[in-house]
Amino acid sequence: MDLRYSEAEEKFRVELREWLAVVLPTLPPKPSALDWPARRIYDTTWQRMLFDAGYAGIDWPVEGGGRAASPVEHLIYLEELEHAHAPYVGVNFVGLLHAGPTIVVEGTPTQRARFLPPILRGDEVWCQGFSEPGAGSDLASLRTRAVRDGDEYVVTGSKIWTSHAEVADFCELLVRTGDEGSRHRGITWLAMPMDRPGIDFRPLRTIAGSTEFGELFLDAVRVPVANRIGEENDGWRVTMVTLSFERGTAFVSEVLQSMEVLRDLRALARRSGAWSAGEVRRRIGHLGAELDALWALARRNVSQAARTGVPGVGGSVYKLGLSELRQRIGELGMDLIDGAGLSWDELEGLDGAGPIGNAELVNTWVHGFSRTIAAGTSQIQRNIIAERILGLPKG
Amino acid sequence: MDFELSEDEAALAEAIRSLCAGRFPLDRLRAAEGPGRHIDTAAWGELADAGVFSLQVPEVAGGVGLGMAAASVVFEELGRALVPGPILSTHLAAGTIDGAAEGKTVVGSVRRPATSGAEAFVPTLVGHLSSLGVLILVGDDGLTAVDPTELDAVALGRSLDPLTPLWRIDHLPDGRPVGGVEEARTWRRAQWVLGGALLVGLAAGTLDMAVAYAKQREQFGKPIGSFQAVKHMCADMLVASETARSAVHAAAVTIDQPGVGDPERAAAGAGLLAAEAAIKNGKTSIQVHGGMGFTWEVPAHLYLMRARVLAQSIGPVDDLAELVAELY
Repeated sequence: MDLRYSEAEEKFRVELREWLAVVLPTLPPKPSALDWPARRIYDTTWQRMLFDAGYAGIDWPVEGGGRAASPVEHLIYLEELEHAHAPYVGVNFVGLLHAGPTIVVEGTPTQRARFLPPILRGDEVWCQGFSEPGAGSDLASLRTRAVRDGDEYVVTGSKIWTSHAEVADFCELLVRTGDEGSRHRGITWLAMPMDRPGIDFRPLRTIAGSTEFGELFLDAVRVPVANRIGEENDGWRVTMVTLSFERGTAFVSEVLQSMEVLRDLRALARRSGAWSAGEVRRRIGHLGAELDALWALARRNVSQAARTGVPGVGGSVYKLGLSELRQRIGELGMDLIDGAGLSWDELEGLDGAGPIGNAELVNTWVHGFSRTIAAGTSQIQRNIIAERILGLPKG
Repeated sequence: MDFELSEDEAALAEAIRSLCAGRFPLDRLRAAEGPGRHIDTAAWGELADAGVFSLQVPEVAGGVGLGMAAASVVFEELGRALVPGPILSTHLAAGTIDGAAEGKTVVGSVRRPATSGAEAFVPTLVGHLSSLGVLILVGDDGLTAVDPTELDAVALGRSLDPLTPLWRIDHLPDGRPVGGVEEARTWRRAQWVLGGALLVGLAAGTLDMAVAYAKQREQFGKPIGSFQAVKHMCADMLVASETARSAVHAAAVTIDQPGVGDPERAAAGAGLLAAEAAIKNGKTSIQVHGGMGFTWEVPAHLYLMRARVLAQSIGPVDDLAELVAELY
């Protein structure tokens, strides 16, 4: 076991850190969270800067146009971006972390040439059409149907939890091409252009009052057969490629960001006097120990990926642990600010010029509830751990 | 950076695992349950021969010359096998107390209460006293050594962990100094990490037992492990043991490799999470075993009771949580 970075890894870190120090001050101010067109411009501008500096698709293979950084370099990349408070991947999430890696592995040379460069350059944005109102955790029961008509599929149905669809150019879409009841054997993966007639998007308002995702209604949308990734009815396997990417390094930034929130909460407790209560100190210490452990687990998962080429099964353990931990950090924040936690408006004065304001803490707490649901609920994660790691029989 | 076991570390774990399977099978351990039992000196000698005690003694001094990371791998296996006796304090005393490294002197340790002194009344429980050659008192200001034969000790009739017989001592002498403030801090830190490793072994060992039982025990015509209520208990046990294992390994490496982190914070956090994982998993394993889990015959309880013994020796866990908060 070795936690020291090699000379080459340190060199990579220093170069990245120096570049970030130069470019981050040149970024425009962050747009409002509710202004999706402005967010697209901001996020894709940042992506273009990464591309020009050779950091786009850091973990993608060279044949996909990526940098082919090692898993350890990828970890360093995420660590440095988080420490420097660089922009989050934002609207580029699906393209860079889901659709792109899938096309790298499963796409034809023509498809790679068509779809990958615009993702890396920040020219095209993707959204995800996997879940449906009737197919959540049981994704294989999805019913959005695609019927072949010459060189096109005609797609009808609805999708849900689709993020930033209103600014997306393509949707990675799972459709039913097999018989009803064919489950995972009758699903196909399509790259659906979002400018086609028949697509309607209705945003959903979250419990945080924000519009982060919505419902996608598809009425006889025509998608070229050339946009099918993989074979017809082989979309489930194609999708699993994406999901294994998602559980590799996808949550590394979150653990580092949570550490920063906890340090802010510690400073808040110190200043407010809450620190004098042993229970508060123990809660902070406990959360801190757990975050340190998850950071260690992240490095273990990355080391496994570096050795074997695939992220280890530890990804589910990490995801489950982190999402529940984030909820408890949110609860600590709410407890520390007491009455100020009843307001989404920033209450200067009630909390003083804090290291972290009440609005952000309320936001952290409320968003915590999505962590144990999104990207596989905690209950599904427990099933995965029990069946795939511990080898318990399927129910 | 490669935070997976090296080939040597994996081989070491395997060697200790097979030593434990051969020398400390559960039925043989259980035959020695009960008050006032002595440590099996032949088995203790085999632990010494395998390098368990001399592992971190430098090669020039006749030891194996490995670090905390290797030791954490070894102690996890010893914990998993429920190996009884003060293996950790003997390991830590090697190089300081004559005969410890070679397995000739069994060394125990106990936290010295802040109020200790010749006249202070300090009822203290010490495990395996009749087998000890030396008892180390671990205080904040240093380490002292006491001759156990000079202590006025009373053997207890029953101890919580049937494999850790206890003696009650009402008067602790000051003892002769064998280490200063720095040695005491190093001792405590190593206790958190390697005590944590023993606890991770318990947490993982009891999980393995629970999973094996859940696969084999049938109700409603199916293995109980096919029911989500049972699955989720087992999954939570794995989250606890894997998280704690990562923390223990990271703390060990942080001690071995200066500059990669704060060793005090890493060690305290590792001890905290390992103690909690072992106690939580010990309890859950009893629940997974159902009525059989509450019987003396099924060894599920042994893991929980040993976890209590070890958690007490490295704790109080509340102090560890406060220390992490202080250093965060």
